Amino acid sequence: MLHTVNKSPFDRNSLERCMRTCDKGSAILLIEDGVYGGIKGSVIEDKVKGAMKDVKIYALEADLDSRGIKGRVIDGIQLVDYNGFVDLTVEYDKVQSWL
Amino acid sequence: MATIEVGGKSIAVDEEGYLENRADWTMEIGEAMAKLDDCELTDNHMEVINFLREYYEEYQIAPAVRVLTKAIGKKLGPDKGNSKYLYELFPYGPAKQACKYAGLPKPTGCV
Amino acid sequence: MEEAGETKKIMYVNRKAPYGTIYALEALEVVLIGAAFEQDVYMMFLDDGVFQLKKEQDTKALGVKNFSPTYRALEMYDVEKIYVEKESMEVRGLTADDLIIPVEVKSNEEVTKMMTEMDVLLNF
Repeated sequence: MLHTVNKSPFDRNSLERCMRTCDKGSAILLIEDGVYGGIKGSVIEDKVKGAMKDVKIYALEADLDSRGIKGRVIDGIQLVDYNGFVDLTVEYDKVQSWL
Repeated sequence: MATIEVGGKSIAVDEEGYLENRADWTMEIGEAMAKLDDCELTDNHMEVINFLREYYEEYQIAPAVRVLTKAIGKKLGPDKGNSKYLYELFPYGPAKQACKYAGLPKPTGCV
Repeated sequence: MEEAGETKKIMYVNRKAPYGTIYALEALEVVLIGAAFEQDVYMMFLDDGVFQLKKEQDTKALGVKNFSPTYRALEMYDVEKIYVEKESMEVRGLTADDLIIPVEVKSNEEVTKMMTEMDVLLNF
């Protein structure tokens, strides 16, 4: 399953809930304010790295760019553009959008 | 949508005559807008218009008239950085009118 | 009744990230418009609000206006009291060097004290 998260992890618990609940082999795509979850040096970095043992984590490039944090993404998070976003929705059978 | 005719082309403007797309701007469009207000653009007008365009490029905002006056004074000297000089050039209000000719949106806070 | 022309201490409390919601841009516009009233203005950035000041914002691909350069104009509007909370920065892995304008970093305790000294607090 592909999970999308669009809220800042410092404002809402959607990312933590998603990481705690998603199945092994899933993917999490960070979009909109969700991309703040991919920032290096934050208090949730370790949790995100922990989740990456079981799931792939992606982040939407346009959202990282606009927020000035593309150069600060945790190693191992893969950046995708809008086409890549579409590819992911095709690759996984279902999409769950955590709000 | 409202338009202004310049050099045989129709350029989109809003209901108050401000340019819809900042990228459309040319000097000829500024001059055509001024003509509608019975205003002939001189080098002194152009100096203020160019100043505003540079200001917008840097700060992504059209300055309030108070800020514009101060900033012009800093850059072009006190004989230009005062309301009397600027209102003589742009009697409809220096920020409002000059921003229009410069192809910028109406200054934030202007009614 | 208030005496006419009395100056009040007004704090704008900014707690939202810049593009996910409209709050940050609205706050900035209110501050710029409000600057004409020549009050004693304080801008406080807390929680995700600190992200508003992050350097290197580039919104071309997103197709919305990048309003972060406008924070650099605040000084010309005589808005010079700009603060970020230390704990909010630490949680997000940010330091003052990551920000587009010079700010004063205040601890949560100092923020509390400053807030109690205000006449008006406006939250965004």
